[in-house]
Amino acid sequence: MPAVQETIDRVRKIDVDQYKYGFETTIETDKAPKGLSEDIIRFISEKKNEPDWMLEWRLEAYRRWLTLEEPTWARVDYPKIDFQDIHYYAAPKNQSGPKSLDEVDPELLKVYEKLGIPLKEQEILAGVQKEKAPVDGLSDEDASDNVYKSGRVAVDAVFDSVSVVTTFKEELAKAGVIFCSISEAIREHPELVKKYLGSVVPTSDNFYATLNSAVFTDGSFVFVPKGVRCPMELSTYFRINEKNTGQFERTLIIAEEGAYVSYLEGCTAPQRDENQLHAAVVELVALDDAEIKYSTVQNWYPGDAQGKGGIYNFVTKRGDCRGHRSKISWTQVETGSAITWKYPSCILRGDESQGNFYSIAVSNGYQQVDSGTKMIHLGKNTKSRIISKGIAAGFSQNTYRGQVSAHRKATNARNFTNCDSLLIGDQCGAHTVPYMEAKNATAKFEHEATTSKISEDQKFYVMQRGIPEEEAIALIVNGFVKDVIQELPMEFAVEAQKLIGISLEGSVG
Amino acid sequence: MLEIKNLHARIAEDGTEIIRGLNLTVNKGEVAAIMGPNGSGKSTLSYILAGREDYEVTEGDILYNGESILEMDPAERAAAGIFLAFQYPMEIPGVATMEFLKVAMNAQRKARGEEPLKVPEFLKLVKEAAASLNMDIAMLKRPLNVGFSGGEKKRAEILQMKLLEPKLCVLDETDSGLDIDALKIVSDGVNALRSPDRAIVVITHYQRLLQHIVPDSVHVLYKGQVIKSGDKSLALDLEANGYAGVIGEAA
Repeated sequence: MPAVQETIDRVRKIDVDQYKYGFETTIETDKAPKGLSEDIIRFISEKKNEPDWMLEWRLEAYRRWLTLEEPTWARVDYPKIDFQDIHYYAAPKNQSGPKSLDEVDPELLKVYEKLGIPLKEQEILAGVQKEKAPVDGLSDEDASDNVYKSGRVAVDAVFDSVSVVTTFKEELAKAGVIFCSISEAIREHPELVKKYLGSVVPTSDNFYATLNSAVFTDGSFVFVPKGVRCPMELSTYFRINEKNTGQFERTLIIAEEGAYVSYLEGCTAPQRDENQLHAAVVELVALDDAEIKYSTVQNWYPGDAQGKGGIYNFVTKRGDCRGHRSKISWTQVETGSAITWKYPSCILRGDESQGNFYSIAVSNGYQQVDSGTKMIHLGKNTKSRIISKGIAAGFSQNTYRGQVSAHRKATNARNFTNCDSLLIGDQCGAHTVPYMEAKNATAKFEHEATTSKISEDQKFYVMQRGIPEEEAIALIVNGFVKDVIQELPMEFAVEAQKLIGISLEGSVG
Repeated sequence: MLEIKNLHARIAEDGTEIIRGLNLTVNKGEVAAIMGPNGSGKSTLSYILAGREDYEVTEGDILYNGESILEMDPAERAAAGIFLAFQYPMEIPGVATMEFLKVAMNAQRKARGEEPLKVPEFLKLVKEAAASLNMDIAMLKRPLNVGFSGGEKKRAEILQMKLLEPKLCVLDETDSGLDIDALKIVSDGVNALRSPDRAIVVITHYQRLLQHIVPDSVHVLYKGQVIKSGDKSLALDLEANGYAGVIGEAA
């Protein structure tokens, strides 16, 4: 398991306070004044050259948002957010629209270089050469499904409120795949956006989703037409740079009949004392026989060792298995953010459709995670699977919250849920809050949950074989999350293992 | 090789004294059997030798090759050549046995300043060792000890011992949970490791194991002390007459 050694090496190099991606870049920005009003929304819409219908959509959401209250049911605790104290738009100057790579500000390119995100098309993502990324215990046949032979990844880079560049667009276009920023899609493909935007997460959905609908600034748009298997991995990389700025990303992915796409998002932010808000909405639509795999490696700044600063990550992600035999899988590795409030869900509308949720949520320091999923079974013979691994260390609180429901007509609905929590140390907490509701007698739901502490017995046993303490913990933890790591695109599995090691750094006391 | 001098140790959490003035010397090349009734401190002794933190040494010392090991953590002791075959080996979910072996072997090599093993070299060693213990290589792809039968777990312990090539082997009730065939295989594995520069401490309840692994010395542990030492005939005597006689003598 070479990743373990790398985990240890990296852990040693980095202090708990030294979030690797915490640097700030000085780039001239164009910002909206602080605060939220109809004028600000008009300002955003105008900046993006949006058609009138989009502005109206936003304003309607805003008016609705004014009537909503911030939800308080999650097991997270934070001071009240002053929504008038945030900039809702910040963009690098002279970056009004998407450009070709040659035109992108070299300073921006440097940022992505520093983050290890390749924007030049001849490059591939750092550490993603697939021969270098064996996941132990995963045989070639198991993996072949996850791997794009090319090893290349198309990237949409979102910097504060705008997409600065999207790579491999032409090549993808040849296959009929549209991959661009949502702002561009609104201008270039209004018929598709109108048809699908808000069709999974309506503007009225919840406080943060409604806010996002009013002020969303950028995000990715993916359209894979009927029968097309997207020829490469797609990914979006979100970076918050500006101070006091909220990031409101909006992503929409549509897979038509028989289409397949695998998509990965990553994110980082500078290290700051004040909290920053990230409120995203992601909508996935899978038509008949389509499959969407959506993977997240979330590494927002988590705050310092005393719990100061960090990103508030309040995200609504939902996939609609609209067609028969369609399939949506969410895989997430959550290591960052001061607070995570996130429930990637599936609506299993089509008969025989399938939803999966695989999650690893690691919390350390004073991080608070309230995450899980909803599987809403509406169609016949629908299946869902939930595998959640929570790892809590330090003074953190880690909650799994999930809902599985079967509608009256969802005959033979099946769910399997497995929630395991692992505690490291005795100052942290892990909680499991499952809701299950079956409205017909043929539904079969299974739920398994365990909470364990890395036992002294296990640690002693591993150390007795000559493996030093930190490495012993990393080995046990990596074993604990293996089921989920295997669901990640192969290229990212090793990265994810390392990230987990880094997040737990300092947890060995 | 191993000298335990007037050792006193207690459970760190509640202060219960378990080892009360234990003396024992085991030389290079020697196979020493430690026997004793339940609760005499046999397993505790094995944990203390391996450096488990739950116990506190309050008096005395443990010398390994003439040097005290009390300040060393379990990983350091392992790298120095001390191996404990557990009575109840722990399950490590998600970590393939093969992977674990590699990490352990390379960790010890690193501690000794040696290069990590190359994959073909490693595989060759594992295959040979597994074959000698009648273990199927397919089993080594499974997570360590997860779902292994009692016999498989013990065999996996001996496999690790073979591969790590320790200088001092401590076997804690390795015979428990083994059927006769498995006992034979495990014993053969241990006997193959007998060598002039290695010491083996066999902790057991029963004489049965000692028919297969014939000891050079036998020590009776009672209430945290060695109350009687002898040669292999002592084990036979205990089998025939029980511990009562020996305990009576000592009291």
